[in-house]
Amino acid sequence: MNARPSGLPAKRPKLYASRTDIFPRAIDGFYRRLKWGVMAVTLAIYYLTPWLSWNRGPYAPDQAVLVDLAHRRFYFFAIEIWPHEFYYVAGLLVMAGIGLFLVTTTVGRAWCGYACPQTVWTDLFLHIERAIDGDRNAQQRLKRAPWTASKIGRRALKHGIWLIVGLLTGGAWVFYFADAPTLARDIVHGDAAYVVYATIAILTAMTYVFGGFMREQVCLYMCPWPRIQGAMLDERSLIVTYKDWRGEPRSHGLKRSEDSGDCIDCQACVQVCPVGIDIRDGAQFACITCALCIDACDEVMAKVDRPRGLIHYATLEDCKAEAAGAPPVPIWRTLFRPRTLIYFAIWGAIGLAMMFAVGARARLDLSIAHDRNPLWVQLSGGAIRNAYTIKVRNMESRPRRLRITMEGLGQGRMWDSLSDAATATRVLEFTVAPDQVDERRIYVRAPAAGEARQAFRFVLTAADGGKDTARDNARFDRPET
Amino acid sequence: MTEPQIDETTGVPTMGHEWDGIQELDNPMPRWWLWTFYTCIVFAIGYCIVYPAIPLLNSATKGTFGWTSHGQLAEETAKAQAARASTLAALAKVDITTLDPRSPLMHAAIEGGRAAFKINCAACHGSGAAGAKGYPNLNDDDWLWGGSRTEVHQTLVHGIRQPGDDATRTSQMPAFGRDGILKPDEIQDLTSFVRLVSRQEKSSSSAKRGAVLYAANCAMCHGADAKGGRQFGAPNLSDSIWLYGGDRDALTATITNARYGVMPAWGNKLDAATLNMLTAYIHSLGGGE
Repeated sequence: MNARPSGLPAKRPKLYASRTDIFPRAIDGFYRRLKWGVMAVTLAIYYLTPWLSWNRGPYAPDQAVLVDLAHRRFYFFAIEIWPHEFYYVAGLLVMAGIGLFLVTTTVGRAWCGYACPQTVWTDLFLHIERAIDGDRNAQQRLKRAPWTASKIGRRALKHGIWLIVGLLTGGAWVFYFADAPTLARDIVHGDAAYVVYATIAILTAMTYVFGGFMREQVCLYMCPWPRIQGAMLDERSLIVTYKDWRGEPRSHGLKRSEDSGDCIDCQACVQVCPVGIDIRDGAQFACITCALCIDACDEVMAKVDRPRGLIHYATLEDCKAEAAGAPPVPIWRTLFRPRTLIYFAIWGAIGLAMMFAVGARARLDLSIAHDRNPLWVQLSGGAIRNAYTIKVRNMESRPRRLRITMEGLGQGRMWDSLSDAATATRVLEFTVAPDQVDERRIYVRAPAAGEARQAFRFVLTAADGGKDTARDNARFDRPET
Repeated sequence: MTEPQIDETTGVPTMGHEWDGIQELDNPMPRWWLWTFYTCIVFAIGYCIVYPAIPLLNSATKGTFGWTSHGQLAEETAKAQAARASTLAALAKVDITTLDPRSPLMHAAIEGGRAAFKINCAACHGSGAAGAKGYPNLNDDDWLWGGSRTEVHQTLVHGIRQPGDDATRTSQMPAFGRDGILKPDEIQDLTSFVRLVSRQEKSSSSAKRGAVLYAANCAMCHGADAKGGRQFGAPNLSDSIWLYGGDRDALTATITNARYGVMPAWGNKLDAATLNMLTAYIHSLGGGE
């Protein structure tokens, strides 16, 4: 245990390490184009979603996706979520979690490599940087160059565009929480709430710092996901792999010999890497599996007339088989196996259950709160009165004519604060405004003789032809005798 | 503790810590992490300067912003009061007796009254206004002086038996026993009669004698049918509600000594808006007329 392996001296490293600048080289290829596509789609979803409209009639907002915090409503196309239905959103989060498990066990860290906002925006910032400063070598030269007017101009331009992207990113976020066109006008005219500007400022700064400066540091030091990966990946998960049995020993430039591997140590895979690692060191937590090294290596392999796929998506298990001489396993083969199918089944079951639940949920709701202080009131005529605060939720975007009746408590008669005790009946009818909670007090009178605690129910039905009903249990209290 | 070594897989030195064969790698921390730490220290120093922070012997440093929790409370209270000032101004001016029960202002009045009731009235009438012996239940449909908003407001403003208030509610039931108007056995007969009209006892010879006594001594205020008289504050004796109890002992005590309940005149203690809100709240409890 105490022996020093290989007799290597253990020199204490420094306590802190500065970030090494990374200048990823531009590359073209299948995965780069895939990333372009994913970037276009995800950015379009993010920036454009608040501007989609969805007609919900005259009583509800017409923004397709809207988180209306002030009125406590969440609109998502045809679905409207009330605060008490928040478990649907919790269900979506569970689905997102299982979905992440599913994706990770099948295609490894595809989320990190393609769809994570940190990856997408960093990619965007890198492209802007290349457009202004040029590719890797030009960027390195510019960094070393003295501060001339041209360099200052380029730097100002780059940071300016980064800040504009940051501003648009932060700006797009707030539109999810209010009517987008109105808010946009208010923001431009300076009429929006202070919190809007504060949110935009914070998100602008975050986008600028995370995309322009922090980049891979976010993945390496701030994000928990790379650390969770270790538990999620198994020997049958797809990861970006350098096939060392093919590549080693590396040859350098033209000095090739009989036993040289395919790797010519051209460093292309290292140069394109956005996190600055060498994939040839093997699977590592820093690798976000963006697959750009695959594109880079394939390009080189084509030039030196060797088969493509020296660096490729592969599972550890396939690697072992392949190293022993088996042919490469196509990617789709690794997708279907019990673990991924079980994850998919769970994910799909939750999804179907939620779709069913949303489709079948009631848009009327009734809740009864019995007055506790006092529980009962002695009336002068000898009868006992109980009072209830009822809440009727009309969750549709139209006014509803609704009716409340009593189930049980046969001799009970009720009235509300707007009707008269003398005309007490067993049916109350009233109109509830669209998308509103109607709260009112109901009084119920019943003879003093009877159980001290008599259970009955209030039933809410539609008086406007609707079929939906709701009911809630209640109790009629009498003085103990 | 073992000697620091080089980890073979990663080439990174270890800390020398080892647990069950697992060793901790000694990777350097990122430099920006250090700068974040320094920034936090600078922020903390600035925070300690501008906000009260450092405890001294008898107090603490004041901070250059002059912030105090009391000041913040006062500020937020003032903001809340400003926010409801217009509603309270409207409630001070409105005629609560004719205000539409569906109006938002009435809703505000009831909710405001609920709070004011707990502060001013709950001590006697209870937090739910259910009353207690000697203190009327304000939820029920039995009123000594009337349950309309006008009457409730009048009772609130002028109180009951308030010396010096000309409009205060005053009822003067004689102390029939203590003042020697009726003899003890007559009081028992009267008690039998009152329990008969309130359907607590069956007819008896005592009750029949009581009926004669009632007609002579009580009917003037409580009415020939014993249903009470609101202009005198005389309670209905034929219903199921008893302020001091309807059993023989309680009734005997009431007839012998009379009861003189009091209530403060809130007119000179509370502002117009609060009186209106209390009126609305009490009227909304279920017994309002």
